[in-house]
Amino acid sequence: MEEIWNGFVRAIELIITLNPEVVEITTRSLTISLSSAFIAALVCIPLGGLIEFRRFRGKRMLINVVQTLYSLPTVTVGLLVFLLISRSGPLGSFSLLFTPSGMILGQAVLVSPIMIGLTITALAAVNPQIKDTAKSLGATELQIIITVIKEARQAVIAAVLLGFGRALSEVGVAMMIGGNIRGYTRVLTTAIALETSMGNLELSMALGIILISISLVINLLLNRFQGR
Amino acid sequence: MSEKILRATLLLLALAIVCGAAVAADGSRLKLATTTSLQDSGLLDFIKQKFDEKYNVSLDVVSAGTGIAIQYGERGDVDVLMVHDKERELKFIKDGHGLERRCIAYNYFYIVGPKSDPAGIKDMNASAALAVIMEKGKADPSKIMFVSRGDGSGTHAREKLLWKAAGYNYSWVNTSGPWYIESGQGMGATLNMANEKQAYTLTDTSTFMAYQGNLTLVPLVENGADLLNVYVVMAVNPKKHPGVNCELANEFINYLVSDEGQQLIASYGQEKYGQSLFSPAKGNCALIGCSSAECAMPTNASCAMA
Repeated sequence: MEEIWNGFVRAIELIITLNPEVVEITTRSLTISLSSAFIAALVCIPLGGLIEFRRFRGKRMLINVVQTLYSLPTVTVGLLVFLLISRSGPLGSFSLLFTPSGMILGQAVLVSPIMIGLTITALAAVNPQIKDTAKSLGATELQIIITVIKEARQAVIAAVLLGFGRALSEVGVAMMIGGNIRGYTRVLTTAIALETSMGNLELSMALGIILISISLVINLLLNRFQGR
Repeated sequence: MSEKILRATLLLLALAIVCGAAVAADGSRLKLATTTSLQDSGLLDFIKQKFDEKYNVSLDVVSAGTGIAIQYGERGDVDVLMVHDKERELKFIKDGHGLERRCIAYNYFYIVGPKSDPAGIKDMNASAALAVIMEKGKADPSKIMFVSRGDGSGTHAREKLLWKAAGYNYSWVNTSGPWYIESGQGMGATLNMANEKQAYTLTDTSTFMAYQGNLTLVPLVENGADLLNVYVVMAVNPKKHPGVNCELANEFINYLVSDEGQQLIASYGQEKYGQSLFSPAKGNCALIGCSSAECAMPTNASCAMA
């Protein structure tokens, strides 16, 4: 119990004194996870729209697969992306392994199923009359998708924020792709793993509390968008 | 509200891309894969500070067990390796993945355990001590346990050698009962686990000293040639893996074997722990079994690609 309390006190200390290493790690965590969520959103929202609006064989099955991938283990994604971007892999020439860009790619892959799946759910909840009205006014498929996404924007933004939360809190991809390089690819979660293994439990607790605080802010935003 | 956030996100993304591009543009990053013992002991952070400053570059340290570190080298994902498993190092060079092998530092492994030493192994030789731990651990696994790295690291490789020397087949040892625990983690985490369970474990001296403050375990077996632990640095071969930063890797190696580098290694820990954690290789070649060509000599291996 004492360790948890000490960790809490240490966290406040580190935050108030703006400890440079903690600030740096936190900023890097936010930058990488925001970028990955943003890139994933650029791909996943239109893709979710296409899946929702097109009729095709195996659509139900595809949605089931996407939903199953919500719980994709982060280390599996890490391994997959590792094999892709390793110098001996198909994308090796881009030298992405052990770089922040590689981590962004890995996390974007990781959160894509959640974003696609929740976008589909969000769009499905929009009143079908809106789609029909747009169609009767002569809208193209793209215009219809954009109209419906606009209508469902709160739920779609919630999907993106949820993806961002998963990217921020995961450790598997960050560790395998980033390599936990100090001052370059070390983020909150990998720093926690390292400090814990080194027995610096108070510092780990402090970093954990910072991570939880960020999650709290995300959740507040999420609730706001959902109008609760 | 949502527009503001979108704008903020866009701005951050733009920043990230600019930073990413800036990083990708310069060739002054050196990727080093190393063992957890060198990282956990703090030596590499210490060396990084000096090396980065002197050469105006960034040494990126990826720490993993020797097994994985060598694999990173074999895939061409890092520029230079710093490891401690002679057998696999020689194979790495022989297979053409590495340029030259350079011994840079050494220390010893310890068998550490609870102060009360329930198995009574104090001052035995290492393989005899392991045999006793196994025998007594099998009889009473609630009191006598051994925690193994179990992760293919250099320390794990040494443990296997010691079992072999004691006359046991390792695949038989690690399935012989609950007294034998495989942590699957780095040296620091394994020491913490052994400490929690009041078990015995094999550790390198440097990590043990760096962690000693948090541990109640004490060294019980600490001498003998079979516990010698030699750290080696090797550049990845650009002929096999074009794209590695060979020039900077050579500079790093030459920095480590220089008088300044060797002095740095010898002095590390004196301030923080009151004693050195590593001994420099220079001048101790015969003792540590490195040929004079390999022992802390500058490398002039060619970085030519073809």
